[in-house]
Amino acid sequence: MKIIIAIKQVPARDSQLRIASSKQWIEDADLTYEINEPDAYALEAGLQLKEQHAGEVVVICAGPARAAQTIREALAKGADRAIHIEEEKLDTFDPLATARLLAAALGREAPDLILTGLQSDDLGYGQTGVILAELMGLPHATLIMQVEKKDGCIRVKRELEDGWFQHVEMPLPALLTIQSGISKLRYATLMGIKKAKTKEIKRLTAGELGAAAQAASIAVDRVYLPERTKHTQLFDGSPKEAAGKLAEKLKFEARVI
Amino acid sequence: MSILAVLEHNGQAFHRMSWETLAAAQQLAKETNTTASAALVRSGGQSFAAELARKQLEKVYLVDHELLNDYTPDGYSLALRQLIDQTKPALVLFPHTYQVRDFLPKLATSLGKVAVSDVVSHRIDDGQLVLVRQLFQGKVNVDVRFAGEPPNLASLQAGAYRADQMAEGTAQIEVVKPQLSPADIRTKPLELFRESQRAVDLGSAELIVSVGRGIKEPENIALVQKLADALGAELAASRPICDAGWLPMERQVGSSGQTVAPKMYLAVGISGAIQHLVGMKGSRTVVAINKDANAPIFEIADYGIVGDLFQVVPELIDAIQKLK
Repeated sequence: MKIIIAIKQVPARDSQLRIASSKQWIEDADLTYEINEPDAYALEAGLQLKEQHAGEVVVICAGPARAAQTIREALAKGADRAIHIEEEKLDTFDPLATARLLAAALGREAPDLILTGLQSDDLGYGQTGVILAELMGLPHATLIMQVEKKDGCIRVKRELEDGWFQHVEMPLPALLTIQSGISKLRYATLMGIKKAKTKEIKRLTAGELGAAAQAASIAVDRVYLPERTKHTQLFDGSPKEAAGKLAEKLKFEARVI
Repeated sequence: MSILAVLEHNGQAFHRMSWETLAAAQQLAKETNTTASAALVRSGGQSFAAELARKQLEKVYLVDHELLNDYTPDGYSLALRQLIDQTKPALVLFPHTYQVRDFLPKLATSLGKVAVSDVVSHRIDDGQLVLVRQLFQGKVNVDVRFAGEPPNLASLQAGAYRADQMAEGTAQIEVVKPQLSPADIRTKPLELFRESQRAVDLGSAELIVSVGRGIKEPENIALVQKLADALGAELAASRPICDAGWLPMERQVGSSGQTVAPKMYLAVGISGAIQHLVGMKGSRTVVAINKDANAPIFEIADYGIVGDLFQVVPELIDAIQKLK
């Protein structure tokens, strides 16, 4: 089974975010980056499927040169090779444009299965995977907790709201977006890190892919920190002082002690 | 050039967010001097459409086809594509439910569009619609506009609009029969199921102490349990804690867990991603202990301490015991 995993590099989860002077994005010069967490679960699901059914795991990532680090880490965890669509200026706010690049790069790969995370931790559109499926003419399912391969098809467990689940069957090739937390993530082994250095990373650009820029359908006015709508009473001082003041409020204002 | 609200129904009842979307469509129609209509995809859904016909709407479209008995992304996006082509709305609004997340990007792509997903509010600026979304799990906001020609599409976050603002009235029902063939539907939906009976009913708890990623290690949960015990509160958690198996799934609060509204909700080491907030923002008093002053949980907290939970929680247990 040939499995493609689409991953994204995003600012580390606990980054202190500041708004860029252009007000079009955040100040990104001094941030550290990591794999988008939901995509790490997609990679894990792909690696497990390969272990069960044999085949190949190919990682694809659209992003600037720094994304190579995240790609190497995926190779160290066990992906066989990678495709890096190297673009310094991806249109951050247009998941359709990103999906078009991915679709063009995957045109000749003929995968059986494409996996990606259910959403990105930075933009949070939660759309790129489904858009990619539509562009490539593939059936899809989102929020997947489990993948079971059968003859020429797969049976997946899809998460619904309020604790409900549903099984869905579909033919291959197909695209799935994977829910976070479905299995324990593996660490790269020393051997894996060593091997990753010799694995192939194919570098492509949007120009080479012939994915001409099309008019964006969303325009960004400005990016900003949200204003506090509720006035939180914050208690400062030492942990002991702050805890003491909070306990007083819980007893005399909220009346829960 | 009107506004169309596409509503969700599971065969028994409308999804609660459907009413928020309907109210939003009415409000936007008023502000932009146009009309609102509603659409429902449901095979044989006449009685549900009749319920919509008592709202202040221009029209109610019942998209009816036997291949739409069960939800599939192929069936829904093909049927809605045809409805949009026929009725030519300027703006199509959806509730940002799990189902909408599954088919809306596909529908938008088939129209050559990008849907603005998970919108939290809007304003009209110089006659143009500006939509507000959240980035970085609620830490940053962005204002966006539609750059292309209509129809444009957007989905609305749970709780962003108020269902009780919905206006009553009368509307005419139009049944729309889309062209669909069995070959169009590639996925086969099977049974719906729940994993286990819930033993813990967080919904009826008066006080809840909830723990998140900030707790770092499973053995540290005991500290938060001790705080819950001191308050006589039920222990709950955000999703990552239950995913990791540190607490059972039945203690999870959020869109994929339970929705709670206790007298007090004390969040320890929970940053407050929207998936969590939708499950607890109805709580009467929200308390947050978190090391990041910019964590979205402080957006909705009444009381807060910015600090290291491992230092603050033991002191808080101590202070509560002294006040008892």
